[in-house]
Amino acid sequence: MNKKTSFNWLGAIQIGLIGGVVALLVSLIGMVEEFSQRDIISGVITMGQTLIVIAILMAGYFAASRAAGEAATMRAISGALAGLVASALLTGLVVIIPPLNLRSIFPNASPALINILTFNQETVVGILYLLITGAVVGTLGGLIDILPAQIRRSVVLALFWVGLLGLLQELIRVTLTNMPQVGAALKWMFGSRGLSIPGAVAVFIVVAGGNYLWAARGGQVQDRFRALPPTQRRASQWGGALVVIAVLLYLPRILGPYLSEVANIVGLFILAGLGLNIVVGFAGLLDLGYVAFYAIGAYVMGVLTTNAIGQNAGQIVFGPEFSFWQALPIAVGAAVLFGVLLGIPVLKMRGDYLAIVTLGFGEIIRILALSDFLKPYIGGSQGIVEVGQGEIGNFVFGTPQTLYYMIFAACLLAVFISWRLRDSRPGRAWKALREDEDVAQAMGINLVATKLLAFATGAAFSGLSGAIFASKVGSIYPHSFNLLFSINVLALIIIGGMGSLPGVFVGALILAGLPELLREFAEYRLLMYGALLIVMMLTRPEGFWPEATHRRELHEEFGAEGEPRAEIVKTPGGAR
Amino acid sequence: MPSIITARQVTKRFGGLTAVSSLDLDIAEKSIHSVIGPNGAGKTTFFNCVTGFYQPEIGEIIFDGHHLERLTSDRITALGIARTYQNIRLFNNLTALENILVGQHPRLKGGMLGAILRTPGTVREEAEALNEARRLLAFVNLTGKGDQLAKNLPYGDQRRLEIARALASRPKLLLLDEPTAGMNPHETEEMTGFIRRLRDELGITIMLIEHDMRVVMGISERISVLDYGEKIAEGSPTDIQSNPRVIEAYLGRGSAAEVPESVSASPAG
Repeated sequence: MNKKTSFNWLGAIQIGLIGGVVALLVSLIGMVEEFSQRDIISGVITMGQTLIVIAILMAGYFAASRAAGEAATMRAISGALAGLVASALLTGLVVIIPPLNLRSIFPNASPALINILTFNQETVVGILYLLITGAVVGTLGGLIDILPAQIRRSVVLALFWVGLLGLLQELIRVTLTNMPQVGAALKWMFGSRGLSIPGAVAVFIVVAGGNYLWAARGGQVQDRFRALPPTQRRASQWGGALVVIAVLLYLPRILGPYLSEVANIVGLFILAGLGLNIVVGFAGLLDLGYVAFYAIGAYVMGVLTTNAIGQNAGQIVFGPEFSFWQALPIAVGAAVLFGVLLGIPVLKMRGDYLAIVTLGFGEIIRILALSDFLKPYIGGSQGIVEVGQGEIGNFVFGTPQTLYYMIFAACLLAVFISWRLRDSRPGRAWKALREDEDVAQAMGINLVATKLLAFATGAAFSGLSGAIFASKVGSIYPHSFNLLFSINVLALIIIGGMGSLPGVFVGALILAGLPELLREFAEYRLLMYGALLIVMMLTRPEGFWPEATHRRELHEEFGAEGEPRAEIVKTPGGAR
Repeated sequence: MPSIITARQVTKRFGGLTAVSSLDLDIAEKSIHSVIGPNGAGKTTFFNCVTGFYQPEIGEIIFDGHHLERLTSDRITALGIARTYQNIRLFNNLTALENILVGQHPRLKGGMLGAILRTPGTVREEAEALNEARRLLAFVNLTGKGDQLAKNLPYGDQRRLEIARALASRPKLLLLDEPTAGMNPHETEEMTGFIRRLRDELGITIMLIEHDMRVVMGISERISVLDYGEKIAEGSPTDIQSNPRVIEAYLGRGSAAEVPESVSASPAG
């Protein structure tokens, strides 16, 4: 930056304008009004207001960080300026809506929106309030930038958690009714429509404080953990895993039927995601027709187990009426078979070409399912009903809370297989393939076998997911298996972190769990997806929980001697 | 000395351009053999023909009794040929150690079921592979850097890691494509010593593309010179330095009489 030029006011105004446009957009498409039905903090701030606040806060933050190198006051002032400009744009909206009647173009530019933006005040007073709030929020954004990095991280994380808990408070309270004592103890945290003020403060303090302390002391804890003897360390890792599994096993009792159903949907996405993670995340084969294997698993399960057989509408002409457990391995096997069959023609394709061809496969399967030609066998558009349910003795996997255990077991199996494969010889071959196909082949890796193995494994998980899905829903229709499924699964891998196993869970929770919990905002789902993907690509392209590099060089038996072995011989470049 | 690899009449065309033209080449076992020539002479194309990246239109390449012309690169590697690349091609998002483990791929047998169930055989094999990888890291002087991502290593380390990855398949013949490119004189000198050690200690035959004439003249037992895809000369370093056709190829027609000595000193290209 040129020191001679005076302070960059234009930059702050520019960023303020961007923030204002974002705030305008979310207002005009109706998100602010719609989201105002939910409070984050009861009686203080609604979700709709939060959207605008976030836009202005970000503008203030970026304006301040653009002024990096200036004095702290100048950075705060440029944050305030950006906030002021952003809110000025919103006041413009307040001013022009009544005389111009924009509703023919923007149906959501309603009086209700104006009331929200002017805090239910008279126009002039409201505008003043809006401008002041904008400047204050912008300043706060600037202050966030001024904070030392670690405190900033803690504060932002704490704000995020306050928002998340406020958003989900209804669910949390429903859950708490299943645990009366805990619920009573935590009652003060929730207001009538969101977190109570003390609840919000408590969440903020706990998260910010906890995060700050962990950042300061966590390293020591980790060091102490690493210093443990390997057997003890492994034991505590297994212990931790067992505790998590025990909690997960108990979960459906706490969650109740509705939330268990949400957990099941997330679980099926995790299962499919783990499969696609092998194909795309490990082996780097961009597959956009992944839904095909999900559909095959579901349809094989449907055809083999349905009781609705006959000549009437809604019935198929042939079905062996297998039990769920007889059909399950066949469904998975069929998915694997198709994984290999569809893999063979695309062996020579890479990147975009592979994506387009697999996209076509996905559509072919869906259209076949819809076709009149196959209608007698798989039901056409009327689908297959009365799909069988799994049972063990008297235990029927029929309700969400029982199905949970089946899906849980399937996920556990898939995670186990993925985890074991990740650092094995086949797993390394996949990753080498992802990095550089030609060189991988020149390292002696058989491309045909390696690719087909990836397709087959991915298809197996997807087929398993589809088969359980068919049994869970009880009836399957072609429209369940559209392109959006493939895109959802791919997006959850990207958002979680390519090739990362925990990333699949995070991605599935965000992309499959949140939309289920926020059903009333379903019409904005794809918009949020797009925004989320863009923000992710810009700020965190590696995903929320990227794959960790595995430290394997200094293993116990090697490091035990203290120092790594001295170099055997002098080699080039050693004395750089 | 018997030759480990024999090329006969190898021809590779790209459209109208003949990159390698009727090339005959014999590499003696356990020798260091350099292939030199001006840019575009077909050196790397020939390497690519040997390693299965390209398939020559005409001619045959016989390694250890096997015809290589129609084999894919993975099978050629399994026969015992490894290579490095002119512009480093490591697996960037894998660690140095993982790069070497991938290099051992053809020597290992562990399959999918073994990996999932962690059978004793697989566990043993993996442990051995890990030890071998550590040994190779030490051999190329990268001990302690094994857990870093390949892309984060400095340039010289990447060059040596690429050689370690190539060595991991325990090749009989190693093809090095400009191993000292981009190195300073000191690093170059060390790399030269290292290449010699590969042959002396591990008994690997080395085939080398190199532009730095000090390196070429210093370590080669035999040199083949290519120009426009044809072999124009072959012989010991001293033969090559005084060969008028070589000087002409490097410096242009008419230069041979004027500057007979300069080839040996000036790096070409």
